[in-house]
Amino acid sequence: MSKKRSQEEYQKTFSFRFFRWFNGEKDPYLGEVEMHPQEEYQLDPQAALRYEKEHDAILDKVYDLERNKTMQLFHKLYHATSILFCLFLIALLLVTISYLPATGTIDRPVNNEVAKRYIENGLEETGAVNIVAGMILDYRAFDTLGESHVLFVATVTVLILLRLNKTQKSDAEINDRRFEPKNDTILQLVATFLVPIIIIFGIYIILNGHLGPGGGFSGGAVIGAGLVLYLNAFGFAKTERFFTEKTYKWVCFFSLSFYCLAKSYSFYTGANQLHSVIPKGTPGAILSSGLILPLNIAVGLVVACTIYAFYAMFRKGGF
Amino acid sequence: MNFICNFPFFSILLSLFSGTVCSVLPQRAAKIVNRVVILTIGLLSAILLVYLLSTGEPFIYWMGHFPAPWGNEIRAGVLEAGMALFFCIIMYLSMAGGAHKLPGEVVESKHNLYYILVNLLLSSLLALVYTNDMFTAYVFVEINTISACGLIMIRQVGRTIEAAVRYMIMSLLGSGLLLFGLCIMYDLTGHLLMSNIKESVSLLIATGEYQIPLIVSVALMCIGLCIKSALFPFHAWLPDAYGYSTVSSAAILSSLVSKGYIFLLIKIIYRVIGFDIFNNTRIIDMLFVFGLMGMIFGSLSAIKENDIRRMIAFSSVAQIGYIYMGFGMGTQAGMVASVFHILSHAATKSLLFIAAIGLTDVSGGSRKFIDLTGAAYRSKWAGVAFTVGSLSMVGVPLFSGFISKLLFAQAAVQVEGKMLASLIVLGISTVLNAIYFMKTVIRIYTSTDESSYTSITFKDRKSYALVLLCFIVLNVILGVNSQPIVNMIEQGLAMFD
Amino acid sequence: MGPNLLANYGEAVSAILFCIGFTNLLLQNNLIKKIIGLNIMDSAIYLFLAEKGYIAGRLAPIVVDSVTSVDTYINPIPSGLVLTGIVVSVSVSALMLSLTIRLYTRYHTLNLDEISMQLKKEGR
Repeated sequence: MSKKRSQEEYQKTFSFRFFRWFNGEKDPYLGEVEMHPQEEYQLDPQAALRYEKEHDAILDKVYDLERNKTMQLFHKLYHATSILFCLFLIALLLVTISYLPATGTIDRPVNNEVAKRYIENGLEETGAVNIVAGMILDYRAFDTLGESHVLFVATVTVLILLRLNKTQKSDAEINDRRFEPKNDTILQLVATFLVPIIIIFGIYIILNGHLGPGGGFSGGAVIGAGLVLYLNAFGFAKTERFFTEKTYKWVCFFSLSFYCLAKSYSFYTGANQLHSVIPKGTPGAILSSGLILPLNIAVGLVVACTIYAFYAMFRKGGF
Repeated sequence: MNFICNFPFFSILLSLFSGTVCSVLPQRAAKIVNRVVILTIGLLSAILLVYLLSTGEPFIYWMGHFPAPWGNEIRAGVLEAGMALFFCIIMYLSMAGGAHKLPGEVVESKHNLYYILVNLLLSSLLALVYTNDMFTAYVFVEINTISACGLIMIRQVGRTIEAAVRYMIMSLLGSGLLLFGLCIMYDLTGHLLMSNIKESVSLLIATGEYQIPLIVSVALMCIGLCIKSALFPFHAWLPDAYGYSTVSSAAILSSLVSKGYIFLLIKIIYRVIGFDIFNNTRIIDMLFVFGLMGMIFGSLSAIKENDIRRMIAFSSVAQIGYIYMGFGMGTQAGMVASVFHILSHAATKSLLFIAAIGLTDVSGGSRKFIDLTGAAYRSKWAGVAFTVGSLSMVGVPLFSGFISKLLFAQAAVQVEGKMLASLIVLGISTVLNAIYFMKTVIRIYTSTDESSYTSITFKDRKSYALVLLCFIVLNVILGVNSQPIVNMIEQGLAMFD
Repeated sequence: MGPNLLANYGEAVSAILFCIGFTNLLLQNNLIKKIIGLNIMDSAIYLFLAEKGYIAGRLAPIVVDSVTSVDTYINPIPSGLVLTGIVVSVSVSALMLSLTIRLYTRYHTLNLDEISMQLKKEGR
């Protein structure tokens, strides 16, 4: 038998409050956590009118399919051929794959003397416990040298596209974070705890690159993520104390030059059959495996700075 | 090992390293470093070429402490060294010829970045020329693509950025196909080095195993590189990219970047698959047909164009069609003609771009033909140089274009099934070339009464005129003294095996 | 059809993904969707490569207890190639995204056709 409660009595119960909260009728943090109301973004009315006009004009021209018969035909033809081409490519690749040697088996052309030497002699010849690290930074180091320059040239192009000059910069400062809350306490507290851990983890990955899974690129990406989190929590004013465009420039320059010169020495001695003075060390120790550890550190620095630079460029076109 | 054998390695590393150094140098120093590096590498390549001609033997250079199937390698023969030398010459002249336009088109603070891009582009071209490893080739293809994109959009007007997006999309489709083909090839052979792949491929062909995947992999790599080098149906990005970027960029892009990919394709044909095996596939017919179509449609688009730089850009589409037609013939003679045309087109096209900027400068910056009337009288050097370039493109004797057309015609006569088609299209394309280039030449030599535009004499821009002179001399050398060069190409192609 | 389609199901999936990405890159008008297509395409190739290195029942190529027998570990080469490839794809994505930002701030649209149309109207 259920008892009929009065309205007031019901409103005091937990379930009532829970359902109100659950339905979103009441904000549990109202009055408890300080909230800054955000300014709404307002487009300049004239500019808005202009955009709308331009947009309409374009829509008229491009998508006015009644009048634009050629455009319509072209689009249809393009879509049809693209889809047909895709289906054709799928069929072709599936047939190709059905003729490839079966995955997971041992007697395939891939498992030949190349892989054999990497595994059997890799530890001895490169000193790296992680065979993959030994392979990409010693046996096939020229590829990896090219790879780090791909990253470098990509940063250069991003700088060309997004870096602003001084007059534009002040506008960008004002526009920056217009949609985001500033000085968020929760974010700052979490960041205070997490950022050191993330960065230490990244350093561990870099330093451990020749001993286990990891290496310069992954570790650098982790450190970069830590820096980005720090930037998000505390803003550009704090990060500029230790990381400016100048820092970025010189860190990248020194790491890449070190990489280039060290590898040049190694290539030169290798090709001319000279004795290389770089010691291999005992495999498994932290200071071992010749050039792999310093190269990992160099790559890690470049990648961490690059990730941070990408983020800063995307956000406001400068550091 | 002779010390000269280190030179390919020095060239690649020097240009990579100078790219890094330019990022911290002041602007003037970066410019000087850029010039000095290009000249030094040219010098090294010239010495290497002489050394290789005297020994007559290509050599392999280990990149590291490990021999063939384990480590990376680069390889140098006559053709590689010659190409490197030629690329350096064209790049130096293009940079010097466009230098006076750079401050007006690129923001002052971004000049350093421009020189970084040029240095890295040079390094990637050298690596594509010298590499003996497929995966290294892929990595440097990407450097080439990204830095070429940077060169397009460093002059930031709307058109160039849009062109850069279109260029990147097409290029990335091409890279994707190239990489997929490469992976299938790796799965079939278990190697990444060109010489080892070739051994395995001939073994596979002999035993008859994995025929279908092999053909598909070759086709994917070919299509990838065709897309990247703007063969006819994939050329949509090209006119805007060449027509609106800075002058030096346009000259470098049209004459070198696409040629780097084409040279890689030649290497793949000879050093990875084997010339005879490649010719037995249907792929060469496809290249032949697309080449012919490119020759005609590229020229037709150029005729319709009312903008001098876009016209030159469309003419590139036609010229790349010529090169692929040479591949499609499937004979040694066709290949020689194609390689010669790479040289002749690179020399002529950069000359045309540099000369066209001189003409537009004296026409109030306008590129429309109506404003260019009489421009050759206002800037005599540019007028003469443009005329030389046009005559070479049309194929008038004395200039390089004539020799390449002659070689193509000779090669076509030897191929039975494709003779008629190639000769007819060659004829039509020559006539179309003549129509639009002669139209321009007549237009710039038509005198006008109104002299509203200022004229520029030799004294105003000495270095510019000297660059044009060098280009003209280069063109005439290729046109008059062609036999030794053709012999060198033949020797170089023979060294590929 | 060859004999190994079922055994190579991982590669088949990667081929289909590759084509999906490829078609996205061709068909989508929206630049961000194009970039997503590009990333799908690249990842499909890395999946393909990773499948190529796999050998059933073997360990990752990190030497444990100094056992350096070829029968213990999988093929390390594809893993290395994937590592190199990933860096390339990161760089390319960053470049494409910054191009997109640039175009958007200028033309307020992500549709490449509309941008072309505006350019034609500007007549430059």
